[in-house]
Amino acid sequence: MSRTVRVAAGQGFWGDWLDAPRRQVEGGQIDYLMLDYLAEVTMSILQKQKERDPRMGYARDFIGAMESVLPAVAERGVKVIANAGGVNPPACAEAIRDVFRAGGAANKLRVGIVTGDDLLPRLDELMAKGHAFANMDTGESLSVVRDRVLSANAYIGSEPIVEALAKGANVVVTGRSTDTALTMAPLRHEFGWGSTDWDRLAAGIVAGHIIECGAQCSGGNCLYDWRSIPDLANVGYPLVEASADGTFVVTKHENTGGRVSVPTVTEQLVYEMGDPHSYITPDVIADFTTIRLDGAGTNRVRVSGIKGRPPTDKLKVSIAYRAGFKAVGSLVYSWPDALDKARLADRVLRERLAKMGLRFEDTLTEFVGVSATHGPLAGAVVDVPEVQLRVGVRSADRTTVERFTREIAPLVLNGPPSVTGFAGGRPKVEEVVAYWPALVDKTVVTPSVQVLA
Amino acid sequence: MKVRLVDVAHARSGDKGDTANVGVIALRPEWFPWLERTLTRERVAAHFAGIIKGGVDRFVLPNLNALNFLLHGALGGGGTVSLKTDAQGKVYSTALLRMVVDVPDDEARALGLPVSS
Repeated sequence: MSRTVRVAAGQGFWGDWLDAPRRQVEGGQIDYLMLDYLAEVTMSILQKQKERDPRMGYARDFIGAMESVLPAVAERGVKVIANAGGVNPPACAEAIRDVFRAGGAANKLRVGIVTGDDLLPRLDELMAKGHAFANMDTGESLSVVRDRVLSANAYIGSEPIVEALAKGANVVVTGRSTDTALTMAPLRHEFGWGSTDWDRLAAGIVAGHIIECGAQCSGGNCLYDWRSIPDLANVGYPLVEASADGTFVVTKHENTGGRVSVPTVTEQLVYEMGDPHSYITPDVIADFTTIRLDGAGTNRVRVSGIKGRPPTDKLKVSIAYRAGFKAVGSLVYSWPDALDKARLADRVLRERLAKMGLRFEDTLTEFVGVSATHGPLAGAVVDVPEVQLRVGVRSADRTTVERFTREIAPLVLNGPPSVTGFAGGRPKVEEVVAYWPALVDKTVVTPSVQVLA
Repeated sequence: MKVRLVDVAHARSGDKGDTANVGVIALRPEWFPWLERTLTRERVAAHFAGIIKGGVDRFVLPNLNALNFLLHGALGGGGTVSLKTDAQGKVYSTALLRMVVDVPDDEARALGLPVSS
């Protein structure tokens, strides 16, 4: 039997199930534990934390996760790859070394650090050289919001992770690596796939896409036959058993809940998909129309046939910038005529806001329980038991949004009747940190790798 | 006969900026050709008229018995800017599955499509 490498997903986003990493190393044999912590705006949150404390700026959950899997890493040789480094991979690595020391494993474990994705310190220099960082959606030049930029990170590929593994890292901490590279890199390292081995690199990317959202491919959030999915309380996070030829099986540990089947994997494959012919990564462009799925036994799906082609000469850049303030307030109106009462309350609220002369860039009213998620597609409304009125506003001016938050609670006594659900008090004002997707020439980004003994 | 999309397909949706994507997957492989013929870009655009602000793109994945739709201007600005409950387009999937399609009786019978009462 040909050799397989098992890569398990233990975290699909920052805030995912705390038990999942430990369950992945304890539930059966795996070679690599892959933890994805970064979403589009996560970097900006971490940047704010780093500004307050230069030792911060990484996903703190990762430290607890490492503590929980340390025995497997130290004694069974499981390797961990995580983009938990955020905007401060060196500080994250230092915290991991503290975990090694506390666990008495400092003498035998090494942590690899991947940096070079952070473009914030170089942004003005790069813009001066003619890199416009034009918004991929609107075409606008970054200069429009330059003074409000909080973070700017290039999505980097698998190569620096492969290098860290080759240098003997037991744990690899990256910043803004692509989610899929975290899975593809260990396969590339183990099987020696070359940098132009397009089909196999693409297969590694597809494996990464399938497991990067954790249980979302193993029964979580699965619409297909959802009532029959067993034991979600004990859901098994996914893992791939990959072979050198680029084929792999998606599965999960024995004695766990959830399900791995062609429908559960297909739902994840189409998640957040753009043009399926061109799934662009720094390493390779994968063609999702070539993926073949076959059931291969209980909770096993075989994936094969994947084609790839050379990547572009650009890297995507994730830029976050301050974009004003928002607040959302809500109240619940009860039967009879709950929707009519909520509608009247909304009219009253808006009239009061208008009389005060408050100007918002956006105001949105939703009737939760009636039309918040499907709008007019939800069809005719019966006299429902209750409706949540949910009103959100956004403005560049914090004071304007603050004033709005004072107008919700008074409606309980001076608006339409049968109202409740105002516990929690005044709505909170949140700063909006917006996302600015851009491209930059690959040549200006040089990832760097350090492995600490 | 009237056929509800929710009886012939399953779906998942997500976001990229202010665009929602909806992947629609035939519940049975033999229904996919019908789904591909029926769920045109124009029909999906008409379904979401007045709900999304931009256009619709469609991609076909015959290997997965699936279609992928991009709904532009669907998320009130998207991500953290959006004031919507569904700022990340998570349930545009089921919004699309609300579609009901008229199918000629003989075609519906020949394909064994579940007919809504």
